[in-house]
Amino acid sequence: MATPRNRNISVSETSRPVLPRHARLKFDETRKVWVILAPERVLAPDEIAVEVLQLCDGVRSVADMVDHLAAKYSAEREAIATDVIAMLQDLADKGFLTEAREKTA
Amino acid sequence: MSPTLTDAGVAASDPHDGLAVLEARGSTAETFGIPLAVLAELTHRCPLQCPYCSNPVELDRGGSELTTDEWKKVLTELAQIGVLQIHFSGGEPTARKDLVELVQHASDVGLYSNLITSAVLLTREKLSALADAGLCHVQISFQGNEPMVADRVAGLKNAHQKKIEVARWTRELDLPLTVNAVMHRQNLHQLADIIQMAVDLDADRLEVANVQYYGWALKNRAALMPTLEQIEETSRIVEEAEARLKGILAIDYVVPDYYALRPKKCMGGWGRQFFNISPAGKVLPCHAAESITGLEFESVRSNHSIAWIWQNSEAFNRYRGTGWMKEPCKSCEFREIDFGGCRCQAFALTGDAGNTDPACTLSPMHEQIFKQAELESATGGDRFIYRNFAGGTPETGGDHGA
Repeated sequence: MATPRNRNISVSETSRPVLPRHARLKFDETRKVWVILAPERVLAPDEIAVEVLQLCDGVRSVADMVDHLAAKYSAEREAIATDVIAMLQDLADKGFLTEAREKTA
Repeated sequence: MSPTLTDAGVAASDPHDGLAVLEARGSTAETFGIPLAVLAELTHRCPLQCPYCSNPVELDRGGSELTTDEWKKVLTELAQIGVLQIHFSGGEPTARKDLVELVQHASDVGLYSNLITSAVLLTREKLSALADAGLCHVQISFQGNEPMVADRVAGLKNAHQKKIEVARWTRELDLPLTVNAVMHRQNLHQLADIIQMAVDLDADRLEVANVQYYGWALKNRAALMPTLEQIEETSRIVEEAEARLKGILAIDYVVPDYYALRPKKCMGGWGRQFFNISPAGKVLPCHAAESITGLEFESVRSNHSIAWIWQNSEAFNRYRGTGWMKEPCKSCEFREIDFGGCRCQAFALTGDAGNTDPACTLSPMHEQIFKQAELESATGGDRFIYRNFAGGTPETGGDHGA
């Protein structure tokens, strides 16, 4: 029997995270709020999480995201990196981020 | 860090109800919000005959089902009023020939779609077409971890083998999979093996759902009720597996009502987050609501919009919020935590849906139903009454109705 696949990822600057197929990030037009839809759950990510999650396309690396955000907010790169990685790891631990792989929609 | 995510409280096991975050903006109602999710029971037809089925004993006939166009209109309307998720259920939803078309329509109008299925009617082609139509998630029910027990409970030969096959296709097509294991006295001894089966099938999630006693399950309660010892063992197994399988398999555990101390927050509160649409188009606060006699339910075939029914119909407003409560709920500090438990269970066990759910230790009936459960678990026969359109068929010898 193969070792079961561990869905949790360890986020680093080289990670290319993406939302798993069962989790959909969507702007809810009725409530005017961003939501993550998952089986049996609806979550409301805060503004910063939404901005970061929109960058998680499975192509961009975390390093690229940090560069982008540091430039956009004229902030110190190191501080942004620490915050972004902590946030992404938190999302990954809750099952809302995975590492990009071939067929993930 | 400040909280990144606020849970909108859909998961029954999650204590953090962040619904207020969603209700605070854009809500048109005062005491309840915009519904988050809808259970669409496309049909009551089903090739399985599970004795624990939560469908009403009076099943809707095929001829009364909403048409494809009627369902599409419903889906469009749901998306317009702000519903986010649609659960296609039944009966067996894949018995509808138009399922791919309905899933495609749900995708087109922006609904997150989940298929709740027994899987036995699915082919790989059909599943692939559903994936292409935008299906977001698949939930397959299992009756055991091997055919002897599982096929007997399902009342269908070779059902278990077929389910295993479909579960594999699901993961091959990269669709997320939840294994739903409905547990009772006659299969709880397989729980550890069922958990391993879910891991082997590469499921993302496992629901260990103790039978809830509505509809057919209530009819079969004495044959299904677990012993207290089984429940204690179950809790131990689930707890151990949750720790061991962190990051591999998420487990949701539904405790059995009759042995609970506090009642479940049924449906997240009556008419507060969810509703159900029956095969014939009735809009119900929950899938068992028709068991409460004396309540009138509006239909999507009426002149009313779904939004009107949600906000104004008598059935939804009767048990909304806390105003309807009697003691001990009325002055209870938990009244907005669990909303007095389940109205359908209160009705089934006390004859009045306005009473406290006897699953609660504060109900004057609690002791009685606890003892009843213990008695039935020890002395109830094991023979089932199988679910069907003929009002049920008692299990005979060897061929278990299959």
